[in-house]
This record gives sequence, C-alpha cells and structure tokens, in this order.
Amino acid sequence: MTRATSDAAARTAISEVIRFDRAAVRIAGRTIWSDVSLSVTPGEFVAVLGPNGVGKSTLIKAALGLVGLSSGSVTVLGRPAGSSGAQIGYLPQRRVFDPGLRVRGIDVVSLGGDGERWGVPFPLAARFSPSRRAANQRVHEVIEMVGATAYAHRPIGQVSGGEQQRLLIAQALVKRPRVLLLDEPLDSLDLPNQAAVAALLATICRDHGVAVVLVAHDVNPILPYLDRVTYLAAGRAACGTPAEVITSATLTALYQTPVEVLRASDGRLVVVGEPEAPARHTDRHSAAEGRP
Amino acid sequence: MTPTGISWNVVADVRQLLMFPFMVNAFRAGTIVAVIAGALGWFMVLRRQSFAGHSLAIVSFPGAAGAILLGISAMLGYFAAAIAAALVIAAIPRSLGGQPRSSESAIIGTLQAFALACGALFVSLYGGFLTSLTGLLFGSFLGISGSQVLVLLIVAAAALAILALIGRPLLFASIDPAVAAARGVRVRLLSTIYLVLLGCAAAATSQITGALLVFALLVMPAATAQRLTARPAASLALTIAFGVVTAWLGLAAAYFSIYPVGFYVTTFGFAGYVLAVAWTAARMRVRSRYAAAAEQPA
Repeated sequence: MTRATSDAAARTAISEVIRFDRAAVRIAGRTIWSDVSLSVTPGEFVAVLGPNGVGKSTLIKAALGLVGLSSGSVTVLGRPAGSSGAQIGYLPQRRVFDPGLRVRGIDVVSLGGDGERWGVPFPLAARFSPSRRAANQRVHEVIEMVGATAYAHRPIGQVSGGEQQRLLIAQALVKRPRVLLLDEPLDSLDLPNQAAVAALLATICRDHGVAVVLVAHDVNPILPYLDRVTYLAAGRAACGTPAEVITSATLTALYQTPVEVLRASDGRLVVVGEPEAPARHTDRHSAAEGRP
Repeated sequence: MTPTGISWNVVADVRQLLMFPFMVNAFRAGTIVAVIAGALGWFMVLRRQSFAGHSLAIVSFPGAAGAILLGISAMLGYFAAAIAAALVIAAIPRSLGGQPRSSESAIIGTLQAFALACGALFVSLYGGFLTSLTGLLFGSFLGISGSQVLVLLIVAAAALAILALIGRPLLFASIDPAVAAARGVRVRLLSTIYLVLLGCAAAATSQITGALLVFALLVMPAATAQRLTARPAASLALTIAFGVVTAWLGLAAAYFSIYPVGFYVTTFGFAGYVLAVAWTAARMRVRSRYAAAAEQPA
C-alpha cells in the first residue's frame, strides 16, 4: 500500500517525462545530431520523424541511456537517462520472432513483468502466493487492453506481425510504465494494422496517461493522435505541434534546401523534395563503418 | 542368478540389468547426464545455439584424449576442455538483437575442426587403443566408477543450481535480448555463464553418448518437447523426462546387445522426435477438419 501511494506521489510530482537539453550524440567520430532540445509531458503522444539514417533510433536509445551524449543532458522522469528501468516501456526496432520459436505470447508478455528478476517461477505459485496471482492478473489485463486475448496462448512465432506487435506493446505495459518508447512499431505492418496499432497506442496514451514517444518514417497513420512532433534532419531537430513543424517553411529551414509539404484531400501530408537519406547508417549498424 | 539375455519378463530383465555394479553406475550416470543435458539443451534449442553446443562436445574429445595421453583423469580433460572452449565462444563479439551470427558460426566451425584434429593426434600419439577411440566418439557405458558418478553428480547439481538462479533473466535474454538489455538484464554476462554451463553439460553428455552423439540428449529431448507444448515450464519438464527415459532405454538396449550405447540412445531419441512430429501433424489435421466441419452449415 505504501508503495502504491509513493508511486502516486512520484506520478504527480513530475511535470516532464523526458527532457533533452541541447543534447548531441557522436558515434564513431561522426556527430549524429546536435543541439536537440525537447520535452515530453505526461500523457503526451509525440512522434520522432525524419529520413532514414538520421538518428531517430539513437534518440530513443539516448533516452534509455543505451547511448551516451557527447554534450548536453537528457533526463527521464527527473533522473539521468538509464536509471528509470521499469518505468519505461521500450519496443526496439523491427523485431519479428522466428516462426519456430515455441514460446507462447503470454510468456513473452509476462517476462515484461518480472523477466529481469533472478530465479525461476515456481510451478503452481499462483495457487499459494497473492503477489504471483496479482502479477498474473496484470498480465491478463494488459493482454486484454491490447486486444490480444484470442491468440496470447499460441506460440508467438506463429502469430502475424501485427499480433506480435500488440503482444510486445502489452509486454511493455506490464509494469505500468509512465512512458512508452517505440522504435518504428508500424514498420512492416500493412495499412489496416498500422491504423489499428496507432489507434491502440492513442488509447493507451489518453486513457492510461502513458506518454508515448514513437519513431516513424510516415507520419500519416499517427497524425490524428499526435500532440507534438520532433523532426530530425541534417543533424538538427525541429520540435512543436504537427501544424507548426510539418510545414514547408519549417522543413525548408531544417533541411536548408527547398522542401514542400502538400496536404492531400483526405488530410494526409506528403513531404516533397526531401533530400535522399545519407548513405551511412551508423545508427543502425553501430560498428564503425566506412567514413568517407 | 546368471545373465540370460533379454526375455519378455520385464521384472526379470530389470533385475538382470541392475545385477552388476557397473550397470548400476551406468544408470546413475546416465540419469544425471540426461537431466543436466535436458535442462541446458532446452535453452540451447531456444537460443539457436546448437552449433555451439555441438562444438563444446567435440572440443571435449581432444580434452579427454589429451588427459589420457598425459595420464590424468579423462573426466577432468572433458570438463576442462569444454569450459575453456565455452569461454572462447563467449568472447566472440556479437551484436544484440536478431542480426545473423555469421562470424560466430565461422569461428566456432574453425575451432571445432581444429579440436577434432588435435584429438586424432592425441589418440595416435598414445598409440593403438582403437576401442577406446570408439568409446570417446560414439559412447560407452562400461567402467564408470562410483567416484566418477559422484563427480558427475556434483557438477550437475552445481550447474542446475546456477541455471535455476539465472533461469528467468536467461529466458528473457534468449527470447528478446534488446528489451532485456534495456530493462537492465546483463545479457552478455548471462550468455557467458550459460555457455560455461552448456560446456559442463556437453562434457558430461559426451561421457555417455560420445562426443559425436551428444545431440541425442542435448537436442532431441528438447526439440521433441518443444514440438509438443509451447508452455515453458511444461516443455522443460517434458524435456528432462524424455531425456531420462531415452537414456534408460538406450542403456538397457546396449546391455542386451553388442552395439554401442550411443546408437541406442540416439535411436530412441530420434524415434521420440518422429513420433512427436507425427502426433502434432495428426492433431493439426483433426483440428482443421473439425474446424471445417463446424463452419459447414448444418
């Protein structure tokens, strides 16, 4: 009970979930981006946009403390990045489980609750331990929240990409995180699944007060739900509401080359004249690959 | 009572099997080995590290041959070589996540071939004991002493205790290394500990099935169990049960015949796997037929 109340106190005390302050990252001697300032407040839905290879994943990894900054600072829930563990839910980029992986979806989800704890779960623990029962209850709750009840007992390698993505979102939610960091979760999904997963994330964000930071290369599936975007390009970032950032003027200034944003009749945005992605993808292949 | 060969009287057969102390020791050692191989093999199949596991067993062969050549205990040679190889494999840099581990398998393959060649050299340096060579490669259950059983028991108990301690984070890191790392699981450390434990299991298994047939107890029971169920606890328990049954059947069959124990253990393991595949295929067919019947309007 005391833990719950102190949790509640911590929840109300923090006004910023994530804060980057003039941050810069260098990997293998190359500056990925610099002078990035952004803040995410509780319950906000934020997208990180930009062309491939610009360092969007690196931004997420910096927030997790997996990548160090070369200058500036990043705080997560009022503490330095990397020290907030279970309060952050994380979905790394493009995870597709091997079709031969014979472990059920529900097992993968429940690892989100206690996967880092030493030991092994005792058989029949749920019959004797109330905390074990509560943990199982929570696992079923998040599976229902993401609408995965029908296939949670099938081997995770045998469900579709969209279903795996829902199970992974459930896994990230087990510990009631205050922020979800998702690296291209809509990638490799078909359009109906993109829309459905985007709507699911928006529901989690609105109804459960979980801030969502989502890396995407196409803004359109999430555009209706976005509070703010951070647009990374040419080693710098522009932050603000979608209406402020995804405009011809802002993106032209960011890219320093003429870029036009067109609005289709159905409301979708199309960015025209975006320079090609750089040939180096050092954020994806962290080994020091050829610099020119 | 004198040994009379196999009969239809199961009780008499079992009594006959356990008549000699060497056979009792073989059953004890086989049981211990089946349990440790099952538990570590289950994770090995899950982690797709079968190649590494096989190489650890292969490396234990020159370890044993070298130990015999130097006049020290073969068992020490088995374990020392397999653990050293486990540390070498663990030192191979590997990226997190689902990237192909091509450089890893190339390095392991190189190591494995060289180890096997060293084993051949040690055997020929020792000079003409070909029956023992067959035993090292294809398994033997003769001449396991009480003290060897005790060593196996201690190694297996220690390995299983450590595995129980790291079980859950190891499962997490095996299924989903990137998320596990973000949650503070020491993925690299766990992988090293796991490989050392796997080295112990492979070395122990080599002593029953021979270095070349370790998969009979390391892979087959786990692959069979994972076919049958996707529940981690149930499939781990099934794996160990299958391993123990396979080892017992193999030892019994080898006692009543003149052929190597490795052949029998492997054959029973293989038969179990084939049955499991057939069973799951049959179950799928019945289910889809049932579903089709349910969809049809009455």
